[in-house]
Amino acid sequence: MHGLDRPTNRRLVLGGLGLGSLGAAIPAWAAGSVKLPLPGGPDERALTTAFPSKGEMILQRTHPPLLETPFSVFDEGVFTPNDRFYVRWHWASIPTEVDAGTFRLKVRGHVDKELSLSLDAIAGLPRFEIAAVNQCSGNSRGLFEPRVPGAQWANGSMGNARWTGVRLKDVLEKAGVKAGAVQVRFNGLDEPVVDDAPDFKKSLDLDHANNGEVMIAYAMNGEQLPLLNGFPLRLVVPGWYSTYWVKMLSDIEVLDKPDDGYWMKTAYRIPDVPGANIKPGQTGFKTVPINRMVPRSFVTNLTEGAKLAAGTPVAIRGIAFGGDCGVKAVEFSGDGGATWFPAQLGADEGPYSFRRFEGSLPALAAGTHTVRVRCTNTNGVAQPMGRVWNGAGFMQNGIEAVSFQAA
Amino acid sequence: MNPIYPAALIAALALSPLVALAAPAPEPMRFTSQSIAMPTSDRIFPDGPGAEAVNNNCLACHSAGMVLTQPKLTKAQWTETVNKMVHVYKAPVDQADVQTIVDYLTALKPTP
Repeated sequence: MHGLDRPTNRRLVLGGLGLGSLGAAIPAWAAGSVKLPLPGGPDERALTTAFPSKGEMILQRTHPPLLETPFSVFDEGVFTPNDRFYVRWHWASIPTEVDAGTFRLKVRGHVDKELSLSLDAIAGLPRFEIAAVNQCSGNSRGLFEPRVPGAQWANGSMGNARWTGVRLKDVLEKAGVKAGAVQVRFNGLDEPVVDDAPDFKKSLDLDHANNGEVMIAYAMNGEQLPLLNGFPLRLVVPGWYSTYWVKMLSDIEVLDKPDDGYWMKTAYRIPDVPGANIKPGQTGFKTVPINRMVPRSFVTNLTEGAKLAAGTPVAIRGIAFGGDCGVKAVEFSGDGGATWFPAQLGADEGPYSFRRFEGSLPALAAGTHTVRVRCTNTNGVAQPMGRVWNGAGFMQNGIEAVSFQAA
Repeated sequence: MNPIYPAALIAALALSPLVALAAPAPEPMRFTSQSIAMPTSDRIFPDGPGAEAVNNNCLACHSAGMVLTQPKLTKAQWTETVNKMVHVYKAPVDQADVQTIVDYLTALKPTP
Protein backbone atom coordinates (compact mmCIF):
# COMPACT_ATOMS: atom_id res chain seq x y z
CA MET A 1 0.00 0.00 0.00
CA HIS A 2 1.32 3.41 -0.93
CA GLY A 3 0.60 6.67 0.82
CA LEU A 4 -0.37 7.12 4.41
CA ASP A 5 -3.70 8.81 4.58
CA ARG A 6 -7.03 7.14 4.63
CA PRO A 7 -10.24 9.09 4.98
CA THR A 8 -10.36 8.28 8.69
CA ASN A 9 -7.14 10.03 9.61
CA ARG A 10 -7.27 12.82 7.08
CA ARG A 11 -8.37 15.33 9.70
CA LEU A 12 -5.23 14.75 11.69
CA VAL A 13 -3.05 16.33 9.08
CA LEU A 14 -5.37 19.22 8.22
CA GLY A 15 -3.72 22.52 8.83
CA GLY A 16 -0.24 21.16 8.54
CA LEU A 17 0.07 22.12 4.89
CA GLY A 18 1.01 25.26 3.09
CA LEU A 19 -0.86 26.51 0.02
CA GLY A 20 -1.04 24.28 -3.00
CA SER A 21 2.61 24.22 -3.85
CA LEU A 22 3.88 21.40 -5.96
CA GLY A 23 5.51 19.96 -2.88
CA ALA A 24 2.04 19.12 -1.64
CA ALA A 25 0.85 18.14 -5.10
CA ILE A 26 3.42 15.46 -5.78
CA PRO A 27 2.83 12.31 -3.76
CA ALA A 28 5.74 10.78 -1.94
CA TRP A 29 5.64 7.81 -4.32
CA ALA A 30 5.92 9.97 -7.45
CA ALA A 31 9.06 9.96 -9.57
CA GLY A 32 9.59 13.46 -10.89
CA SER A 33 7.20 15.67 -12.80
CA VAL A 34 6.38 16.91 -16.24
CA LYS A 35 4.98 20.14 -17.66
CA LEU A 36 2.04 19.81 -20.04
CA PRO A 37 1.21 22.62 -22.48
CA LEU A 38 -2.03 23.59 -20.72
CA PRO A 39 -2.82 27.27 -21.39
CA GLY A 40 -2.82 29.25 -18.16
CA GLY A 41 -1.99 26.18 -16.04
CA PRO A 42 -1.88 24.42 -13.72
CA ASP A 43 0.50 22.60 -16.03
CA GLU A 44 2.74 20.53 -13.79
CA ARG A 45 1.94 16.88 -13.18
CA ALA A 46 3.68 14.13 -11.25
CA LEU A 47 5.20 11.22 -13.10
CA THR A 48 4.46 7.93 -11.41
CA THR A 49 5.48 4.30 -11.60
CA ALA A 50 3.36 3.36 -8.56
CA PHE A 51 0.43 1.83 -10.42
CA PRO A 52 0.47 -1.97 -10.77
CA SER A 53 1.54 -3.23 -14.20
CA LYS A 54 2.20 0.32 -15.37
CA GLY A 55 5.49 1.93 -16.30
CA GLU A 56 6.03 5.66 -16.02
CA MET A 57 2.75 7.52 -16.44
CA ILE A 58 1.53 11.09 -16.03
CA LEU A 59 -0.59 11.30 -12.89
CA GLN A 60 -3.80 13.19 -13.62
CA ARG A 61 -5.73 11.73 -10.72
CA THR A 62 -4.86 9.05 -8.16
CA HIS A 63 -8.33 7.94 -7.12
CA PRO A 64 -10.01 6.71 -9.23
CA PRO A 65 -7.00 6.61 -11.52
CA LEU A 66 -6.52 8.88 -14.49
CA LEU A 67 -3.10 8.11 -15.96
CA GLU A 68 -1.89 9.75 -19.16
CA THR A 69 0.62 8.27 -21.58
CA PRO A 70 3.77 10.43 -21.84
CA PHE A 71 3.83 11.67 -25.41
CA SER A 72 7.31 10.36 -26.18
CA VAL A 73 5.85 6.82 -26.07
CA PHE A 74 4.02 7.53 -29.33
CA ASP A 75 7.35 8.00 -31.13
CA GLU A 76 8.43 4.47 -30.29
CA GLY A 77 5.99 2.61 -32.53
CA VAL A 78 2.38 2.42 -33.65
CA PHE A 79 1.37 -0.01 -30.90
CA THR A 80 1.23 1.45 -27.42
CA PRO A 81 2.76 -0.93 -24.87
CA ASN A 82 0.28 -2.19 -22.27
CA ASP A 83 2.38 -0.81 -19.44
CA ARG A 84 2.19 2.70 -20.95
CA PHE A 85 -1.43 2.56 -22.09
CA TYR A 86 -3.53 5.35 -20.56
CA VAL A 87 -6.02 4.64 -17.78
CA ARG A 88 -9.37 6.26 -17.10
CA TRP A 89 -12.04 5.25 -14.58
CA HIS A 90 -15.27 7.02 -13.68
CA TRP A 91 -16.25 5.54 -10.32
CA ALA A 92 -14.02 4.82 -7.36
CA SER A 93 -15.30 1.34 -6.51
CA ILE A 94 -13.04 -0.66 -8.77
CA PRO A 95 -12.45 -4.31 -7.88
CA THR A 96 -8.76 -4.78 -7.14
CA GLU A 97 -9.10 -8.56 -7.42
CA VAL A 98 -10.62 -10.52 -10.25
CA ASP A 99 -10.68 -14.31 -10.10
CA ALA A 100 -10.29 -15.73 -13.58
CA GLY A 101 -11.92 -19.01 -12.54
CA THR A 102 -15.15 -17.65 -11.11
CA PHE A 103 -15.62 -14.60 -13.33
CA ARG A 104 -18.74 -14.77 -15.49
CA LEU A 105 -20.01 -12.61 -18.32
CA LYS A 106 -23.81 -12.41 -18.29
CA VAL A 107 -25.85 -11.96 -21.45
CA ARG A 108 -29.48 -11.22 -20.71
CA GLY A 109 -32.47 -9.05 -21.51
CA HIS A 110 -34.34 -9.39 -24.79
CA VAL A 111 -32.80 -12.76 -25.67
CA ASP A 112 -34.00 -16.34 -26.10
CA LYS A 113 -31.53 -17.77 -23.63
CA GLU A 114 -29.64 -16.01 -20.87
CA LEU A 115 -25.95 -16.82 -20.79
CA SER A 116 -23.39 -16.88 -18.03
CA LEU A 117 -20.04 -17.40 -19.73
CA SER A 118 -16.77 -18.33 -18.09
CA LEU A 119 -13.54 -16.93 -19.49
CA ASP A 120 -12.62 -20.36 -20.84
CA ALA A 121 -15.99 -20.59 -22.60
CA ILE A 122 -15.36 -17.21 -24.20
CA ALA A 123 -11.82 -18.16 -25.19
CA GLY A 124 -13.31 -21.24 -26.89
CA LEU A 125 -15.35 -19.13 -29.33
CA PRO A 126 -13.88 -18.20 -32.73
CA ARG A 127 -10.98 -15.82 -32.23
CA PHE A 128 -11.08 -12.30 -33.66
CA GLU A 129 -8.27 -9.79 -33.76
CA ILE A 130 -8.12 -6.14 -34.79
CA ALA A 131 -5.75 -3.20 -34.36
CA ALA A 132 -7.63 -0.19 -33.07
CA VAL A 133 -7.05 3.16 -31.45
CA ASN A 134 -8.69 3.66 -28.08
CA GLN A 135 -9.10 7.39 -27.47
CA CYS A 136 -10.84 9.15 -24.61
CA SER A 137 -13.66 11.44 -25.72
CA GLY A 138 -11.89 14.20 -23.81
CA ASN A 139 -8.37 13.60 -25.11
CA SER A 140 -6.67 17.04 -25.37
CA ARG A 141 -9.33 18.72 -23.19
CA GLY A 142 -6.66 20.58 -21.25
CA LEU A 143 -5.59 22.32 -24.45
CA PHE A 144 -9.03 23.84 -25.10
CA GLU A 145 -9.25 27.62 -25.14
CA PRO A 146 -11.21 28.89 -23.39
CA ARG A 147 -10.50 26.12 -20.89
CA VAL A 148 -13.30 23.79 -19.80
CA PRO A 149 -13.75 21.70 -16.64
CA GLY A 150 -13.03 17.97 -16.60
CA ALA A 151 -9.96 15.76 -16.72
CA GLN A 152 -7.23 18.07 -17.97
CA TRP A 153 -5.60 15.71 -20.46
CA ALA A 154 -2.96 16.81 -22.91
CA ASN A 155 -2.76 14.55 -26.00
CA GLY A 156 -1.94 11.31 -24.21
CA SER A 157 -5.33 9.82 -23.36
CA MET A 158 -5.16 7.60 -26.40
CA GLY A 159 -3.38 4.41 -27.38
CA ASN A 160 -3.32 1.80 -30.09
CA ALA A 161 -3.33 -1.93 -29.47
CA ARG A 162 -3.89 -5.20 -31.24
CA TRP A 163 -7.02 -6.51 -29.52
CA THR A 164 -7.73 -10.22 -29.38
CA GLY A 165 -11.00 -11.77 -28.33
CA VAL A 166 -14.36 -12.68 -29.81
CA ARG A 167 -16.88 -10.89 -31.95
CA LEU A 168 -19.79 -9.51 -29.98
CA LYS A 169 -21.98 -10.79 -32.81
CA ASP A 170 -20.99 -14.40 -32.02
CA VAL A 171 -21.87 -13.99 -28.34
CA LEU A 172 -25.22 -12.36 -29.10
CA GLU A 173 -25.99 -15.12 -31.56
CA LYS A 174 -25.40 -17.72 -28.84
CA ALA A 175 -27.98 -15.98 -26.68
CA GLY A 176 -30.41 -15.47 -29.56
CA VAL A 177 -31.54 -11.86 -29.88
CA LYS A 178 -35.33 -11.63 -29.93
CA ALA A 179 -37.26 -9.69 -32.54
CA GLY A 180 -37.87 -6.13 -31.42
CA ALA A 181 -34.43 -5.63 -29.84
CA VAL A 182 -32.98 -2.19 -30.61
CA GLN A 183 -29.87 -1.65 -28.48
CA VAL A 184 -27.33 -3.54 -26.44
CA ARG A 185 -26.17 -2.16 -23.09
CA PHE A 186 -22.80 -2.87 -21.47
CA ASN A 187 -21.83 -2.75 -17.82
CA GLY A 188 -18.60 -3.51 -15.99
CA LEU A 189 -17.62 -4.52 -12.47
CA ASP A 190 -16.83 -0.97 -11.36
CA GLU A 191 -19.50 0.77 -9.29
CA PRO A 192 -20.30 4.16 -7.82
CA VAL A 193 -19.21 4.73 -4.22
CA VAL A 194 -22.69 6.06 -3.44
CA ASP A 195 -25.45 3.51 -3.94
CA ASP A 196 -28.01 5.51 -5.88
CA ALA A 197 -25.54 7.23 -8.20
CA PRO A 198 -25.82 6.15 -11.84
CA ASP A 199 -23.73 3.06 -12.56
CA PHE A 200 -21.55 3.51 -15.65
CA LYS A 201 -23.31 1.77 -18.55
CA LYS A 202 -23.10 2.43 -22.27
CA SER A 203 -25.19 1.24 -25.20
CA LEU A 204 -24.80 0.64 -28.91
CA ASP A 205 -27.50 0.20 -31.53
CA LEU A 206 -28.10 -3.49 -32.29
CA ASP A 207 -26.89 -3.18 -35.90
CA HIS A 208 -23.66 -1.64 -34.68
CA ALA A 209 -23.21 -4.30 -32.00
CA ASN A 210 -23.65 -6.97 -34.69
CA ASN A 211 -21.35 -5.44 -37.30
CA GLY A 212 -18.66 -8.10 -36.88
CA GLU A 213 -16.04 -5.59 -35.73
CA VAL A 214 -17.35 -4.71 -32.30
CA MET A 215 -15.72 -7.29 -30.06
CA ILE A 216 -15.07 -8.50 -26.55
CA ALA A 217 -11.31 -8.39 -26.02
CA TYR A 218 -9.49 -10.64 -23.58
CA ALA A 219 -6.02 -9.63 -24.72
CA MET A 220 -4.25 -6.52 -25.87
CA ASN A 221 -0.93 -6.71 -27.67
CA GLY A 222 -0.87 -10.46 -27.10
CA GLU A 223 -1.31 -10.44 -23.33
CA GLN A 224 -4.27 -10.47 -20.99
CA LEU A 225 -5.49 -6.97 -20.14
CA PRO A 226 -3.89 -5.14 -17.22
CA LEU A 227 -6.50 -4.85 -14.48
CA LEU A 228 -6.32 -1.07 -14.83
CA ASN A 229 -7.28 -1.41 -18.51
CA GLY A 230 -10.25 -3.65 -17.77
CA PHE A 231 -9.15 -7.22 -16.99
CA PRO A 232 -10.53 -9.72 -17.82
CA LEU A 233 -12.77 -8.44 -20.65
CA ARG A 234 -13.23 -5.16 -22.38
CA LEU A 235 -15.61 -4.11 -25.12
CA VAL A 236 -13.74 -2.86 -28.20
CA VAL A 237 -15.64 -0.55 -30.54
CA PRO A 238 -13.28 0.16 -33.43
CA GLY A 239 -13.50 3.73 -34.70
CA TRP A 240 -15.60 4.95 -31.77
CA TYR A 241 -14.52 6.89 -28.69
CA SER A 242 -13.40 4.97 -25.65
CA THR A 243 -16.46 5.82 -23.58
CA TYR A 244 -18.11 2.81 -25.26
CA TRP A 245 -15.17 0.47 -24.61
CA VAL A 246 -16.58 -0.72 -21.28
CA LYS A 247 -13.88 -2.16 -19.01
CA MET A 248 -14.23 -5.26 -16.77
CA LEU A 249 -17.21 -6.07 -18.95
CA SER A 250 -19.47 -8.36 -16.93
CA ASP A 251 -22.98 -7.70 -18.16
CA ILE A 252 -24.51 -7.44 -21.61
CA GLU A 253 -28.17 -6.54 -21.74
CA VAL A 254 -30.18 -6.59 -24.94
CA LEU A 255 -32.78 -3.81 -24.85
CA ASP A 256 -36.13 -3.56 -26.58
CA LYS A 257 -36.15 0.22 -26.21
CA PRO A 258 -33.40 2.81 -26.41
CA ASP A 259 -31.21 3.25 -23.32
CA ASP A 260 -32.37 6.37 -21.48
CA GLY A 261 -29.80 6.06 -18.67
CA TYR A 262 -27.68 8.99 -17.54
CA TRP A 263 -24.51 7.96 -19.41
CA MET A 264 -26.33 7.95 -22.76
CA LYS A 265 -29.08 10.53 -22.29
CA THR A 266 -27.19 13.22 -20.38
CA ALA A 267 -23.45 12.59 -20.27
CA TYR A 268 -21.07 12.16 -23.20
CA ARG A 269 -23.24 14.24 -25.51
CA ILE A 270 -21.85 16.41 -28.31
CA PRO A 271 -23.32 19.29 -30.29
CA ASP A 272 -24.94 17.80 -33.39
CA VAL A 273 -22.88 19.94 -35.77
CA PRO A 274 -19.90 19.00 -37.97
CA GLY A 275 -16.89 18.10 -35.86
CA ALA A 276 -18.86 18.96 -32.68
CA ASN A 277 -17.34 22.41 -33.14
CA ILE A 278 -19.22 25.41 -31.74
CA LYS A 279 -18.37 28.91 -30.51
CA PRO A 280 -18.05 29.51 -26.77
CA GLY A 281 -21.43 30.70 -25.56
CA GLN A 282 -23.25 29.36 -28.59
CA THR A 283 -26.68 27.89 -27.83
CA GLY A 284 -29.64 26.46 -29.70
CA PHE A 285 -28.00 23.28 -31.03
CA LYS A 286 -29.24 19.74 -30.60
CA THR A 287 -27.02 17.16 -28.93
CA VAL A 288 -26.39 13.50 -29.70
CA PRO A 289 -24.35 10.81 -27.93
CA ILE A 290 -20.68 11.07 -28.90
CA ASN A 291 -19.91 8.44 -31.52
CA ARG A 292 -17.39 8.09 -34.36
CA MET A 293 -13.86 9.38 -34.06
CA VAL A 294 -12.39 11.95 -36.41
CA PRO A 295 -8.93 12.02 -38.04
CA ARG A 296 -5.87 13.21 -36.11
CA SER A 297 -2.12 13.35 -36.64
CA PHE A 298 0.82 14.24 -34.42
CA VAL A 299 4.50 14.91 -34.92
CA THR A 300 6.27 12.65 -32.45
CA ASN A 301 9.99 13.22 -33.11
CA LEU A 302 10.06 16.97 -32.38
CA THR A 303 9.00 18.57 -29.14
CA GLU A 304 7.89 22.17 -28.75
CA GLY A 305 10.94 24.44 -28.56
CA ALA A 306 13.38 21.84 -29.93
CA LYS A 307 16.70 23.20 -31.22
CA LEU A 308 17.79 21.97 -34.64
CA ALA A 309 20.56 22.76 -37.09
CA ALA A 310 19.76 25.45 -39.68
CA GLY A 311 20.61 24.75 -43.31
CA THR A 312 19.84 21.04 -43.28
CA PRO A 313 16.55 19.27 -43.98
CA VAL A 314 14.42 18.52 -40.94
CA ALA A 315 13.12 14.99 -40.56
CA ILE A 316 9.47 14.79 -39.51
CA ARG A 317 7.99 11.64 -38.05
CA GLY A 318 4.72 10.92 -36.36
CA ILE A 319 1.49 8.99 -36.07
CA ALA A 320 -1.90 9.47 -37.67
CA PHE A 321 -5.26 7.78 -37.52
CA GLY A 322 -8.34 8.22 -39.66
CA GLY A 323 -10.87 7.98 -36.81
CA ASP A 324 -13.72 5.79 -38.05
CA CYS A 325 -11.83 4.66 -41.18
CA GLY A 326 -8.30 4.43 -42.54
CA VAL A 327 -5.68 7.08 -43.27
CA LYS A 328 -5.71 8.26 -46.88
CA ALA A 329 -2.95 10.86 -46.62
CA VAL A 330 -0.85 12.84 -44.19
CA GLU A 331 0.65 16.14 -45.26
CA PHE A 332 2.91 18.57 -43.48
CA SER A 333 3.55 22.27 -43.87
CA GLY A 334 6.37 24.52 -42.73
CA ASP A 335 4.75 27.77 -43.82
CA GLY A 336 1.55 28.01 -41.83
CA GLY A 337 -0.45 25.87 -44.18
CA ALA A 338 0.21 27.71 -47.47
CA THR A 339 2.15 24.77 -48.91
CA TRP A 340 1.63 21.13 -47.97
CA PHE A 341 4.03 18.26 -48.63
CA PRO A 342 2.83 14.64 -48.69
CA ALA A 343 4.29 12.43 -45.99
CA GLN A 344 5.24 8.83 -46.62
CA LEU A 345 2.93 6.42 -44.86
CA GLY A 346 4.24 3.42 -42.92
CA ALA A 347 2.84 -0.11 -42.73
CA ASP A 348 -0.95 -0.38 -42.80
CA GLU A 349 -2.06 -2.27 -39.68
CA GLY A 350 -5.75 -1.84 -40.53
CA PRO A 351 -8.16 1.06 -40.81
CA TYR A 352 -8.54 1.72 -37.08
CA SER A 353 -4.85 1.63 -36.16
CA PHE A 354 -2.29 4.36 -35.71
CA ARG A 355 -0.24 4.69 -38.86
CA ARG A 356 3.31 5.94 -38.99
CA PHE A 357 4.26 8.80 -41.33
CA GLU A 358 7.60 10.32 -42.25
CA GLY A 359 8.74 13.30 -44.22
CA SER A 360 11.36 15.98 -44.44
CA LEU A 361 11.13 19.77 -44.44
CA PRO A 362 13.58 21.46 -46.82
CA ALA A 363 16.65 23.10 -45.26
CA LEU A 364 15.53 26.01 -43.08
CA ALA A 365 17.05 29.40 -42.37
CA ALA A 366 18.01 30.21 -38.78
CA GLY A 367 15.03 31.26 -36.68
CA THR A 368 11.75 29.93 -35.33
CA HIS A 369 9.78 27.55 -37.51
CA THR A 370 6.52 25.73 -37.10
CA VAL A 371 5.54 22.45 -38.66
CA ARG A 372 1.88 21.51 -39.04
CA VAL A 373 0.49 18.08 -39.90
CA ARG A 374 -2.85 17.21 -41.44
CA CYS A 375 -4.47 13.81 -41.83
CA THR A 376 -7.17 13.11 -44.41
CA ASN A 377 -9.06 9.88 -43.89
CA THR A 378 -10.33 7.42 -46.48
CA ASN A 379 -13.81 8.97 -46.22
CA GLY A 380 -12.23 12.23 -47.40
CA VAL A 381 -12.52 13.99 -44.04
CA ALA A 382 -9.50 16.20 -43.23
CA GLN A 383 -8.48 17.74 -39.92
CA PRO A 384 -9.65 21.36 -39.61
CA MET A 385 -7.07 24.17 -39.54
CA GLY A 386 -8.51 25.74 -36.38
CA ARG A 387 -9.00 24.20 -32.97
CA VAL A 388 -12.28 22.53 -32.11
CA TRP A 389 -14.26 23.90 -29.16
CA ASN A 390 -17.26 22.68 -27.20
CA GLY A 391 -18.18 22.92 -23.54
CA ALA A 392 -17.42 19.31 -22.68
CA GLY A 393 -13.95 19.33 -24.21
CA PHE A 394 -14.70 16.45 -26.60
CA MET A 395 -13.50 15.50 -30.09
CA GLN A 396 -10.49 17.77 -30.48
CA ASN A 397 -8.90 17.16 -33.85
CA GLY A 398 -7.60 20.54 -35.02
CA ILE A 399 -4.34 20.49 -36.96
CA GLU A 400 -1.42 20.22 -34.54
CA ALA A 401 1.56 22.57 -34.76
CA VAL A 402 5.04 22.16 -33.28
CA SER A 403 7.43 25.11 -33.18
CA PHE A 404 11.19 24.70 -33.05
CA GLN A 405 14.37 26.74 -33.40
CA ALA A 406 16.82 26.35 -36.25
CA ALA A 407 20.25 27.77 -35.44
CA MET B 1 6.54 -2.69 -35.78
CA ASN B 2 5.91 -6.41 -35.83
CA PRO B 3 2.72 -7.92 -34.48
CA ILE B 4 3.13 -9.01 -30.92
CA TYR B 5 2.46 -12.68 -30.32
CA PRO B 6 1.99 -14.49 -27.05
CA ALA B 7 5.29 -15.84 -25.80
CA ALA B 8 4.08 -19.42 -26.29
CA LEU B 9 3.34 -18.76 -29.92
CA ILE B 10 6.74 -17.19 -30.51
CA ALA B 11 8.35 -20.25 -28.96
CA ALA B 12 6.29 -22.52 -31.20
CA LEU B 13 7.30 -20.54 -34.25
CA ALA B 14 10.94 -20.71 -33.34
CA LEU B 15 10.88 -24.46 -32.71
CA SER B 16 8.72 -25.67 -35.55
CA PRO B 17 10.33 -26.53 -38.89
CA LEU B 18 6.83 -26.59 -40.42
CA VAL B 19 6.14 -22.99 -39.63
CA ALA B 20 6.48 -21.87 -43.24
CA LEU B 21 3.95 -24.48 -44.37
CA ALA B 22 1.11 -23.97 -41.92
CA ALA B 23 0.54 -21.44 -39.17
CA PRO B 24 -0.20 -23.35 -35.96
CA ALA B 25 -3.72 -22.95 -34.60
CA PRO B 26 -3.40 -20.49 -31.72
CA GLU B 27 -3.54 -21.91 -28.24
CA PRO B 28 -6.71 -20.90 -26.40
CA MET B 29 -6.14 -17.90 -24.19
CA ARG B 30 -5.27 -18.78 -20.61
CA PHE B 31 -6.08 -16.31 -17.89
CA THR B 32 -4.28 -15.51 -14.68
CA SER B 33 -6.30 -14.05 -11.80
CA GLN B 34 -5.28 -10.53 -10.87
CA SER B 35 -5.02 -8.82 -7.53
CA ILE B 36 -3.52 -5.38 -7.16
CA ALA B 37 -3.09 -2.68 -4.55
CA MET B 38 -3.98 0.78 -5.76
CA PRO B 39 -1.79 3.68 -4.73
CA THR B 40 -3.63 6.17 -2.54
CA SER B 41 -3.36 9.93 -2.43
CA ASP B 42 -2.47 11.80 0.75
CA ARG B 43 -3.09 15.14 -0.89
CA ILE B 44 -5.68 17.34 0.79
CA PHE B 45 -7.07 20.74 -0.07
CA PRO B 46 -4.97 23.68 1.06
CA ASP B 47 -6.06 25.72 4.06
CA GLY B 48 -8.57 28.46 3.53
CA PRO B 49 -12.17 29.28 4.41
CA GLY B 50 -14.20 26.17 3.77
CA ALA B 51 -11.25 23.82 3.37
CA GLU B 52 -12.62 21.47 6.00
CA ALA B 53 -15.97 21.16 4.21
CA VAL B 54 -14.18 20.38 0.96
CA ASN B 55 -11.84 17.85 2.58
CA ASN B 56 -14.71 16.13 4.39
CA ASN B 57 -17.11 15.97 1.47
CA CYS B 58 -15.11 15.49 -1.70
CA LEU B 59 -12.33 13.00 -1.07
CA ALA B 60 -14.31 9.79 -0.67
CA CYS B 61 -15.12 9.68 -4.38
CA HIS B 62 -12.03 11.30 -5.88
CA SER B 63 -8.62 12.52 -4.85
CA ALA B 64 -7.89 16.21 -4.52
CA GLY B 65 -5.63 16.32 -7.56
CA MET B 66 -8.62 16.21 -9.86
CA VAL B 67 -9.84 19.51 -8.43
CA LEU B 68 -6.50 21.20 -7.92
CA THR B 69 -5.47 20.63 -11.53
CA GLN B 70 -8.55 22.36 -12.92
CA PRO B 71 -8.00 25.67 -14.69
CA LYS B 72 -9.37 28.83 -13.11
CA LEU B 73 -13.14 28.38 -13.27
CA THR B 74 -15.93 30.86 -12.60
CA LYS B 75 -18.36 30.65 -9.70
CA ALA B 76 -21.05 29.60 -12.18
CA GLN B 77 -18.86 26.76 -13.44
CA TRP B 78 -18.03 25.57 -9.92
CA THR B 79 -21.69 25.81 -8.92
CA GLU B 80 -22.63 23.65 -11.87
CA THR B 81 -19.93 21.11 -10.99
CA VAL B 82 -20.82 20.92 -7.30
CA ASN B 83 -24.51 20.61 -8.14
CA LYS B 84 -23.70 17.77 -10.51
CA MET B 85 -21.75 15.99 -7.77
CA VAL B 86 -24.68 16.36 -5.36
CA HIS B 87 -27.73 15.88 -7.57
CA VAL B 88 -26.47 13.54 -10.27
CA TYR B 89 -23.60 11.68 -8.62
CA LYS B 90 -25.44 11.68 -5.26
CA ALA B 91 -22.57 12.93 -3.11
CA PRO B 92 -24.07 13.13 0.39
CA VAL B 93 -23.25 16.78 1.03
CA ASP B 94 -25.17 18.82 3.61
CA GLN B 95 -27.04 21.59 1.86
CA ALA B 96 -25.35 24.02 4.26
CA ASP B 97 -21.95 22.97 2.94
CA VAL B 98 -22.73 23.41 -0.75
CA GLN B 99 -22.22 27.18 -0.81
CA THR B 100 -19.10 26.90 1.36
CA ILE B 101 -17.62 24.40 -1.09
CA VAL B 102 -18.50 26.51 -4.13
CA ASP B 103 -16.94 29.59 -2.51
CA TYR B 104 -13.76 27.70 -1.59
CA LEU B 105 -13.37 26.33 -5.12
CA THR B 106 -14.10 29.69 -6.73
CA ALA B 107 -11.39 31.29 -4.59
CA LEU B 108 -8.77 28.73 -5.65
CA LYS B 109 -5.89 30.31 -7.47
CA PRO B 110 -4.53 27.58 -9.71
CA THR B 111 -0.76 27.72 -9.64
CA PRO B 112 1.54 26.10 -12.16
